[in-house]
Amino acid sequence: MSRSGAPVLSARALTKVYRMGEAEVHALRGVDLEIRPGELIVLLGPSGSGKSTLLNILGGLDTPTAGEVRFVERDLTRAGEAELTRYRREHVGFVFQFYNLIPSLTARENVALVTDISAQPMPPAEALGWVGLADRLDHFPSQLSGGEQQRVAIARAIAKRPRLLLCDEPTGALDYETGKMVLEAIARINAELGTTAMVITHNAAIAAMADRVLRLGNGRIVGEARPERKLTAAEISW
Amino acid sequence: MGVHTTPRPSGGPLLGEEGTDPVKSLDRKLLRDLWALKTQVASIALVIACGIGGFIASFSTYESLSFSRDRYYDQARFPHVFATVKRAPASLEARIRAIPGVSEVETRVVRDAQLAVPGIVPPMIARLIGHDFARHGGMSRLTLKSGRWPSPGAKGEVVVNNRFMEARRLALGVEASVLLNGKRERLAIVGTVLTPEYIYATRGGGMPDDEWFAVMWMDARSLAAGFNMAGAFNSVQLRLARAASSQAVVEALDRILEPYGSFGGVGREDQISHKILSQEINQQRIFGTVLPSIFLLVAAFILNVVLHRQVNAQRGEIAALKALGYEDRRIAWHYLKFASVIVLLGAAIGVALGRWLGGAMTGLYTEFFHFPELNFRTLPWVVASGVAVAFLAAFGGALAAIQGVVRMKAAEALRPPAPAEFRPLLIERLGYAELATPAQRMILRNLERRPVRAALTVAGIAGSVAILLSGTFWVDAVEHFIDVQFNHVQRGEVTVGFVEPRDRSVVRELARLPGVKEAEANRVIPARLRAANRSYRTALTGLPDDARLFRIVDRDLAATPPTPGGVLLTKRLADRLGLAPGDAISVELLEGKRVKADLRVAGTVRELAHMNAYLRLEELNRLAREGPVVSGAGLRVDRADEASLLARLKEMPAVAVVIVTRTLLDTFRAQSARNILFFTSILTAFAATIAVGVVYNNARIQLAERAWELASLRVLGFTRGEVSVLLLGELALEIALAIPLGFVAGYWLSWLIISLMQHTEVIEIPLVILPDTYLYAGAVVVAAGVASALIVRNRIDNLDMVAVLKTRE
Ligand SMILES: Nc1ncnc2c1ncn2[C@@H]1O[C@H](COP(=O)(O)OP(=O)(O)OP(=O)(O)O)[C@@H](O)[C@H]1O
Ligand SMILES: [Mg+2]
Repeated sequence: MSRSGAPVLSARALTKVYRMGEAEVHALRGVDLEIRPGELIVLLGPSGSGKSTLLNILGGLDTPTAGEVRFVERDLTRAGEAELTRYRREHVGFVFQFYNLIPSLTARENVALVTDISAQPMPPAEALGWVGLADRLDHFPSQLSGGEQQRVAIARAIAKRPRLLLCDEPTGALDYETGKMVLEAIARINAELGTTAMVITHNAAIAAMADRVLRLGNGRIVGEARPERKLTAAEISW
Repeated sequence: MGVHTTPRPSGGPLLGEEGTDPVKSLDRKLLRDLWALKTQVASIALVIACGIGGFIASFSTYESLSFSRDRYYDQARFPHVFATVKRAPASLEARIRAIPGVSEVETRVVRDAQLAVPGIVPPMIARLIGHDFARHGGMSRLTLKSGRWPSPGAKGEVVVNNRFMEARRLALGVEASVLLNGKRERLAIVGTVLTPEYIYATRGGGMPDDEWFAVMWMDARSLAAGFNMAGAFNSVQLRLARAASSQAVVEALDRILEPYGSFGGVGREDQISHKILSQEINQQRIFGTVLPSIFLLVAAFILNVVLHRQVNAQRGEIAALKALGYEDRRIAWHYLKFASVIVLLGAAIGVALGRWLGGAMTGLYTEFFHFPELNFRTLPWVVASGVAVAFLAAFGGALAAIQGVVRMKAAEALRPPAPAEFRPLLIERLGYAELATPAQRMILRNLERRPVRAALTVAGIAGSVAILLSGTFWVDAVEHFIDVQFNHVQRGEVTVGFVEPRDRSVVRELARLPGVKEAEANRVIPARLRAANRSYRTALTGLPDDARLFRIVDRDLAATPPTPGGVLLTKRLADRLGLAPGDAISVELLEGKRVKADLRVAGTVRELAHMNAYLRLEELNRLAREGPVVSGAGLRVDRADEASLLARLKEMPAVAVVIVTRTLLDTFRAQSARNILFFTSILTAFAATIAVGVVYNNARIQLAERAWELASLRVLGFTRGEVSVLLLGELALEIALAIPLGFVAGYWLSWLIISLMQHTEVIEIPLVILPDTYLYAGAVVVAAGVASALIVRNRIDNLDMVAVLKTRE
């Protein structure tokens, strides 16, 4: 199934240079990219190739050294700190390798933390239902397994019904079975809620569930592929 | 930069850099850690500095003033025993000298007389003291401050105590006049002097009476001639041999003087100037002990929290050191060194601060007391014990934190700490979960998870509120004292004292004077009170039953008239004599027929001022075997007619003393305003330092511990403001809790300080703290909290979100 329409997110000639004293690290060297509504994109590439840098810039966590990023009609490159915060708050859901849950809040409260500050959220219990944790609402992170914590993080990311779901190695800290459940959750949300998603991974096998696979190398997009048939997470093995 | 605001040395390996000596590397780590925490280090050092500084300042002031006083007493040969008598022949001197223990005797003539100075309307009092200007020496030696000595034998020349001249802003050469035996005598003021006898010049009140009470020394012969005292004396001063008991000497002296109308002798400890002076000096010791203790306790606490955080943040490094074979001892020593550097820094600032502050305070007091010379010294033991106590407190705080290092197993320490465990709040367990938003729950659960730290933080902030209160309530207390004394006790605007006791009908005469709305007389007779082996020299005061202008009022403002058939004693006096209501008391009147009688203590009254004994006026007259006479009166006066009334009173030979309450208060307020402002500013700065120290360090530690969490929230789209609320909300809550607690603690601290000073006999400082003072203390602490929050807020704004995602806490 191919996704169409005006791009939600587009990047043009993105570069990112880190300056450390004398040395300069070119994390991105001119990336062009268009993401269409409802697409599930998998981002592959060796360590240090610039995947996280790109995702962070697309998600409004970081700003490029040069180039342009647009979210629908909005120019993020020229956005100030407050506007980027609003962008993240309204439109972006993040999932990271280390879950980044608040230890002092229960699963439900971690989700509520975000729904409290968004316009049309789903109830926290519903969001947790999406990731199969309807029965763990009142557990604290320290009482959940890694996979469960990551699924809480996904519920937290989608509860505000974001336009974009950005995941940086969501299965990186998880074992095979658990990782699979997490991926299933992401895929299901993409399919059923139509949330545009971008997933960074080191695991090429996961690429099979994407609409489009981008390959990054040394700060550039070095390959782009569209799988013949999009697999469900359950069908994937790695 | 990592998200850890606590430094992980950002470059190079920790140990054995380029193969250098590992111990040196450890020291380098120490310096780097200190530098990374420099604002925190500075704030802790400042709290320590306030503690050490306050201690050194107070004790140095105490030492310096005691030294100045003793040295002055020595140089000026201040007597050990004082006695006044109606009229004793000069020949008695030899008998007095023979009292065992007496090494020197000096007799003289001292008389109070009405004083008039051109341009000053209210009549004043001069205490005239006969002096041999040809042969100074003897006791209570005078120091010439300005002008010159009267020429020996010159009749109309006097020197005056410097305090009077300054209070009245008079210049030398002023022509004053006094009433000598009913005749107005002209006197030229040719010089001003200092004397140890009137360091605090007062005729008995708790406040210095400089404006209307002048002490003047004039040629002994002319004075004696003027008062028919040739070949006689009415004042005697003794210096005693080192081991002599002043009590025994006073008793022997009283026996010798009794037939000549003795008013009783007193030892130096009851000499009024000495008593007030010593009280003031002693207060320094109390302040210097109580307040610095709080500072050092707070410093110990902050150090403990900061080191705890250091040790936790450096688990990995500690484990690595252990794995490399460092002994626990050495690692613990490393963290103790961290504390030591801070204490040393604090000590250096504290010693400088203490010396400066002590110098300033000693200067203020030297000026206030008119000591002839300023001696400020900081004794080594004061500095040493200040620093030692600071080290003790700091190590106490540090050791508790370092224990964790020693207990830590290397392997265990190499693993990251287990994820923090939380549980539902108490209010949730009780079923009120809906009350709080997730953000509020984060704040509350964090508080609940570290109850001890939260409690200590609250205690530290409350401590600064308490210090502020205990340092600033004095204004309220003094105003309350003035209100009680001059609106409830002594309600006349003008008080007069007669030369000789007069018939009661004098009241009607006074009431007829211009502007007098009401007049009321009383009788005061000097007396010695005895109970068992204790005695006290004071006066019996007889008041009319319907007294309105002079009332006996306890500290809760309840009027307590003397009851028939007994003496009513000021509680402090009853305590000093060991008496309770119903007990017998021996009274020896020191005037007129010098009646001795045994009376009953009818009751006690908690008065704020003086050590009084009251009787009903008729009973006192009957006791003294005299007619219906009075010795003084209070007048209520129309302000508009005050000047003409004072002029009339000045003309009346029967009137010896006229006191105008208003001028007395004006001077008193003006004098205390400057001192109070000084101390209030210093204490405000000190208290703000504590508040900033506690709040800022807590905020920094919270930030370090929760940076990861807060950065995660920023990623989720929380604004800087919202994230700040989460962190600072906890502190705001702690400050909000601390302020009312601090009010209570401040009330008790003030009470403690007042009770420690309670040996005062002249006045009792009432524990009165007005709402404005509470408001001020609260506001200073809130301001300190806001200032700390703003500094930390800057760091919250600069949290590195991207970096946080790469690490797992
Ligand atoms: N804050 C920074 N300062 C300097 N260099 C940085 C910084 N962040 C990233 N880099 C550099 O930019 C390059 C790209 O980093 P990035 O994190 O995007 O890689 P990545 O593809 O996500 O790698 P990985 O798969 O290991 O996560 C790397 O060479 C990295 O060293
Ligand atoms: Mg990465």
